[in-house]
Formats: sequence, structure tokens, C-alpha cells
Amino acid sequence: MGYFLDLFLSGLTRGSIYALIALGYTMVYGIIQLINFAHGEIYMIGAFTALIVAGVLTIYGWNQMAIIFIASIVALLYSMGYGYTIEKIAYKPLRHAPRLSALISAIGMSLFLQNYVLLAQTSDFMLFPSLIPDFKFLTSFSHIARPSEFVIIISTAIVMVLLTFFIKFTKTGKAMRATAQDRQMAMLVGIDVNRVISITFIIGSATAALGGVLIASHIGQINFYMGFIAGIKAFVAAVLGGIGSMPGAVLGSLVLGWTESFFTGYVSSDYEDVFAFIFLVLILIFRPSGILGRSDTQKV
Amino acid sequence: MKPVLEVTKLTMDFGGLRALDRLDLIVQEGEIVALIGPNGAGKTTFFNCITGIYPPTKGEMFVYPNEGHPVSLKGLKPNQVTEKGLARTFQNIRLFPNMTVLENVMIGRHCRTKSGIVGAVIKDKRTRAEERKIVEDSYTILEKIGLTRYVNEFAKNLPYGAQRRLEIARALSTEPFLLLLDEPAAGMNPQETKALDALILKIRSEEKISILLIEHDMKLVMSLSDRIFVVDYGKKIAQGTPKEIQNDPAVIKAYLGEDIDA
Repeated sequence: MGYFLDLFLSGLTRGSIYALIALGYTMVYGIIQLINFAHGEIYMIGAFTALIVAGVLTIYGWNQMAIIFIASIVALLYSMGYGYTIEKIAYKPLRHAPRLSALISAIGMSLFLQNYVLLAQTSDFMLFPSLIPDFKFLTSFSHIARPSEFVIIISTAIVMVLLTFFIKFTKTGKAMRATAQDRQMAMLVGIDVNRVISITFIIGSATAALGGVLIASHIGQINFYMGFIAGIKAFVAAVLGGIGSMPGAVLGSLVLGWTESFFTGYVSSDYEDVFAFIFLVLILIFRPSGILGRSDTQKV
Repeated sequence: MKPVLEVTKLTMDFGGLRALDRLDLIVQEGEIVALIGPNGAGKTTFFNCITGIYPPTKGEMFVYPNEGHPVSLKGLKPNQVTEKGLARTFQNIRLFPNMTVLENVMIGRHCRTKSGIVGAVIKDKRTRAEERKIVEDSYTILEKIGLTRYVNEFAKNLPYGAQRRLEIARALSTEPFLLLLDEPAAGMNPQETKALDALILKIRSEEKISILLIEHDMKLVMSLSDRIFVVDYGKKIAQGTPKEIQNDPAVIKAYLGEDIDA
């Protein structure tokens, strides 16, 4: 039973990270029907920014709580800036172009950012300090899971709740839902759609960067390639849950996290990805629009 | 009397096709003006040009808000046109299907309210007061239109006639001084059409909103309109009061074709 619980929690941790990234995919898709392939790089850039800021602050001898706080904030803000800029440079000019053009632009942006970090930083794995402190109140649970796992799960849960609240009850959240349902009509009731799209990219980037900082601190190493694999997995999770649906993205991520974790634990860690993707194919055969996805409504 | 909308020599080309050809149109304050014509005459294109969906090839479009200077609509985006005080509905229903009736109306208040993201996060007093007011105002609009019993239903679950009325409610929530209705009676049964007739008159008299409508239901057009513009192949072929239009040979020709014997 203890082993099962271990796997359950490590799956939940993975799933939480996937969910933080998948939310960005699904929100952007919901609003402009674009798969933002550069999204995984935002996650990577978030981790790198945190590493640099933490490094600098450590030299100045700040205490650990201040470092994790400031490093996360800076990483979030910096990534938000990236998300905003990427949309303006790579997607906005192609708003009325065929969808494939924007997709290619997204892939190009992804490659560009990877190689840019590769050149600016290094191709080696870099050690990432375990920023998340060993909270005292969590040590009594330490036989179940590491404190950083708890921190990841809890902070993801908080982000989900905040985001749900934001989308459901705020004016901007309403504008986002309206834009997702009918962009032209949203403009005609006075919504500045460009602003809504920018906000969507900014929020998505912030959650992805948070995921990047958390996972880097949990695993302890990062490199320029980390965003690619995580991005693909999160994309898969978003499709699994039903792309465009936010609860779907979270559910899909958790399902993917648990699948990987249990398979690794009970069968073999060598074929972890193989099994995850077989599972994806099976779900999509039986539910082509994802677990919570709706089939597209016909527009007249 | 002063004009609220003045369009001069509006021309719209789609490649080689001239959808609108030097169209002139004026709506005076407090008027109900109808734009009629056979299918494909360019009526909806005309609406799309005014509301910023298409950039017209040539021509001028001015609106005259209640206070302040005339504003050119040229080059404005749809959301900016809405801010200036124009609102429209569509031929086919374009509600936000997965939002409640109340939310559909609230969203129209978006451009008339100030608080932004910061306010939404910290929930200060001003933001909360404003949010309460949005809900109250929206509810008042629903009361006027007679939709309060559907307030928390999803828009997609409403009966057809109610969806049409909700579109008008949402358009009103943006506080327009000119309302553009694109075939508001399409698909309605005679009773619903009658109720719509009353509603449009009520909007004009109580809200002081001028109305420009496209409509194929001639009974509705003749009973509602002060003046009628008739277009065919993008050109204006006639204008005048309902009576004048009914007897205009050019209009009869456009609708029924040329008399063989003539």
C-alpha cells in the first residue's frame, strides 16, 4: 500500500507540472485555435531565469525564503514578458493567415528560443539549487513524500482555484470566455480582443514558468532542452483532456502523470513514454475529442 | 432634427465584385429606418462596413453622438465602433451560447466600465460597487426586454424568439444611440413578430435610440419604418416613406422582375 501511495503522489506531482503547462496550451487554443508550440520554451526560460536570479542572490547571501520568493516572481514576470512578445512577433501578424502558417511560426519560435538559450547559456545540464525549503510542518509526512512534492501539488491546486475564479467571475475572465466562443461578436460588444489575447498569453506563460521553477527545484537540474519534452507531454495531456477545456487540461495531465508513474513503478521505467502514448491513442480512439472535450459546434 | 448617422458614397469592392456602389444613407435622430432589397443586394455588407468588420473601399461614414463632435467610423475596429455608440445584431443568432443570459448582457457593459485586472485581483471598494452596478443594470435591461425568467439559463437553452430578444438586450447593454438590427424577425412566428414590433417601438420611445434595420418581413417594415431605403446590386434604387416605396416602379421591378408585357 505504501508503494502504491508513493506512486500515486509522484504521479500527482508530475501531473501537476503537466497541468501548469497544459493550461497555457488549452487557453491559447480556446481563444485563437492555435497550438502554441513555443509554450514549452517559456517553461524552460522560467527555470533558467529563476536559476540566474537565485545564483545572484545567493552570492549576496540572502536567506532562502527571500531567494525562492524573489526568484519565482522574477521568473514569472520575465516569462510573462516573453509570452506577450512572442504573441506580438510571431502570431499577431498571422492572425488572418491560414492556420498552418501560424503553426509553423510557432514551431520556428520554439526552435529559435531553444537555440537562443543554448547559445546564451550552455548545452550541459546545470545544477539547480533546491529552492523549496524543507518545511518543518511537512517533515512528519516525509515518509510519504518529499516536501517539494507537497509544495508542487499544493501550489498547483492554488493556481487552479485562482484561475477558475478569475475565468468565472471577473470581467476580464468573462471577456476571455466570450472571445473563445465568438471572437467577432466579442468585438462587437466592445471587447478589445487583442488585449484579451495578450492577457491569455501572459497568464499561460506565468503558470508555465511557475511549473518550470517548481520542477527544476524538485529535480535539481535543468537544460535548454527540458521545455521540448515537457511541452509535448503537456500538449498531449491537453489533447487527452479535450483541448480548449481548462478542467480537461488538468484532468488530462493528472491521467498522464499517473499513467507514467504507475507504469514506471509496476512494469518498467524503460517504456514509460511508449505506454503513455499508447494510452493516449486508446483514449482518442474511443473519445476523439478528449475526455472532457466537446465536438466542435457547427458555425453557420 | 439632427442626423445620427451619415454615410456618403460608400463603396465596397471584393476583388472585381462591387458589393456596394456609392451608397448614400442618413438616419435622423429618433428615426426608424429600414434597409430593404433582394437577397445579395449588399445590405449586410453595408452593416459590416459601418461596424468595422470590413474596411470600405471608398466613402465616408460619420456618426453624431448626443454630445461632442461628429466621429468618422473609417478605420475603426469593431470594438471601437461599439465604444462610439453603435450596436448591432446578426441575421443568424450570435449569442455566447455557453454563458448565462445575465452574463451575455453583462459582457456588453464591458466597454462602459473602467476597472481592469488590478481591480479584479484586489477587489477594492470601487470595483465591487461597479460590479454590483453592472449586475443591476443588466437585470434592468432584461426586465425591459422581458427576459428575467431566463436569467440564469444558458443562452443556448432559450427558445428561438427569446434568443433573438436576448441579442437585442445585449446590444442595448452597450448603451448605443444607434441600433443596427439585421433581420430581427427572421424565423419568427407571427406572434413573435408582433411582439418584436412593439419592442422596437418601445426601444425608440423609451431609450431614445435611433434604429436602422434590415428586414424581409414587409408587413413589419411598412408598419415600423419612418423611411425606407431600397438597394439592389449594391446601388440605392429608391428611398422614401413606406407609402412612396410601395408604389415605386423601380422597387417593384427589383423584387418581381420586369413585366413581360411591358
